[in-house]
Amino acid sequence: MITPHLPILQIILPLMAAPVAIILRRPGATWALATVITWIAFAIALMLMMEVLASGPLTYRIGGWAAPWGIEYRIDKVGALVLVIVSAIGSVVMPYARKSVAREIATDRIYLFYAMYLLCLTGLLGIAITGDVFNLFVFLEISSLSSYVLIALGRDRRALTAAYRYLIMGTIGATFYIIGVGLMYMATGTLNMADLASLIPSVIDQRTILAALAFLIVGISLKLALFPLHLWLPNAYAYAPSVVTAFLAATATKVAVYILIRIIFTIFGVEQILAIMPSVQNALMSLALAGIFAASAVAIYQTNIKRLLAYSSVAQIGYIMLGISMLSTLGLAGGIIHLFNHALTKSALFLALGCVAYRMGGTDISHMRGLGRRMPWTMAAFVVGGLSLIGVPTTVGFVSKWYLVAAAFDKGLWPIAGLIVISSLMAMVYVWRVIEAAYFQPAPEDAPEITEAPLSMLVPLWLITAATVYFGIDATRTLNIALSASEILLGGGQP
Amino acid sequence: MEIFTGLFNYWVVIVLMMMGFYVVIAQHNLVKKIIGLNIFQVSVFLFYISMGKIKGGTAPIIGEGIEIYSNPLPHVLILTAIVVGVATTALGLALTVRINDAFGTIEEDEIEVLEAADDEQATP
Repeated sequence: MITPHLPILQIILPLMAAPVAIILRRPGATWALATVITWIAFAIALMLMMEVLASGPLTYRIGGWAAPWGIEYRIDKVGALVLVIVSAIGSVVMPYARKSVAREIATDRIYLFYAMYLLCLTGLLGIAITGDVFNLFVFLEISSLSSYVLIALGRDRRALTAAYRYLIMGTIGATFYIIGVGLMYMATGTLNMADLASLIPSVIDQRTILAALAFLIVGISLKLALFPLHLWLPNAYAYAPSVVTAFLAATATKVAVYILIRIIFTIFGVEQILAIMPSVQNALMSLALAGIFAASAVAIYQTNIKRLLAYSSVAQIGYIMLGISMLSTLGLAGGIIHLFNHALTKSALFLALGCVAYRMGGTDISHMRGLGRRMPWTMAAFVVGGLSLIGVPTTVGFVSKWYLVAAAFDKGLWPIAGLIVISSLMAMVYVWRVIEAAYFQPAPEDAPEITEAPLSMLVPLWLITAATVYFGIDATRTLNIALSASEILLGGGQP
Repeated sequence: MEIFTGLFNYWVVIVLMMMGFYVVIAQHNLVKKIIGLNIFQVSVFLFYISMGKIKGGTAPIIGEGIEIYSNPLPHVLILTAIVVGVATTALGLALTVRINDAFGTIEEDEIEVLEAADDEQATP
């Protein structure tokens, strides 16, 4: 049967489809191929998730070579959750992509867009599925290189420089990661995550391991845009094509957070880290808080709404990191649940902006004036996403902020709970600016006659918007996964 | 003295790494930045390759008279990393060409001025 091979199919299908897309060349055909493949990938991810929930972690030996000599794919609850997030966003965005991409990318380059999109999906899924630290580096570079190309496809010439800066920063981050992997290999002689987890305690007092940990954390922090290493992110998100922004904002940084979770909790384990580098907890926590406030403050003054949401992403990564840096079950669960929730929220918001860009040709605050009446469905989705960003009850944003605040109280860090609430007010300010322009300002006299965005773009947008409300009201399923995953991660790291 | 001669390869790696890193940060020319990035990556290649080497060790072949051999795994790993490095360099240079077409310059400070002008234009 095909079921035992699902883990490899998850990766190999999009990987093989990318060159096929280049051979097909016709925009319509490549779009159809990419749509079919991404939906199959989503189905596989759901099957893997059910399998993991029913019978525990799955392993798959590549080429039949047993770990730790061969490369092993290993899927536990966190990995399965990330697989579902990435493939869900990746597939739901596809019906939307057809019209949006046709409008924003030159016709003779569309097939390249879909090829790169599939490669990027391969890399992101691969990171979540692999149990080998070097294999993870390869997938990291597959996803990074393709996302540089995707960003550079933006119409604005600033997209090129944004992609260039991301390339430089991203490569430095990935190279730091590989230095860390090399140092770990020197000390332990293995690259398998489970094997590393069992061998590292015996060499934990070596300086090699200390240096490895430092390189790994700094390198991945660059990738996940932890403040102050986020400088590549705002322009990259602001000038990339709408579909790319929605996809990358929901997946790329989240997957990098997943790598950090793997390094801290699975490979090293909280106890070892606190033993050799106790300052890492305070460092991550204060950077997360600084990121939340600095990025929210900058977001308030942005006039380009895409850039505004990009800064808000940096702040949201701060929340995720804040949860993780508490190193407690509740905190980690809050971080994981916010990872899921923010992926939904931000992709909905960026998709709504994509609809605005489709009709108005831009996403400046001046374009938003009077849109509430002229594009009611798009702006209603934006409002729901905005409320979730603030953390209003019945949206997913509330669930994750609730858990982060609860985790802060649980650890006796009540000032941090207060800071989370205050920072939500800042989110209110920047979301309100858009709502005010859309609903309370009249459309400019010379505004073009526009109608609502096409249905093929509205349906995906509202699918994700409905999900942000659904998982905000009935959060038990996602919460259970996040809580049990964080218990496993904290309980010795063996998933 | 032992700390210099015994760890000679690591000193080379660190010196190269810092040189490359400095070039990436300090240079304003986009091509020079990529050269710096290359030096930075090459230092990591050297790090991996020298890590697997054993004094007097040969290639890892099972045969008569071969007892000490180098660890082949880091060497194989770095083959992959070299390929990734080449791809990154190619993409970086391609982007530089496109930037030169769009802005007419590859000096970062001049590009920043042009970008600021673009920002002004967008928000009248």
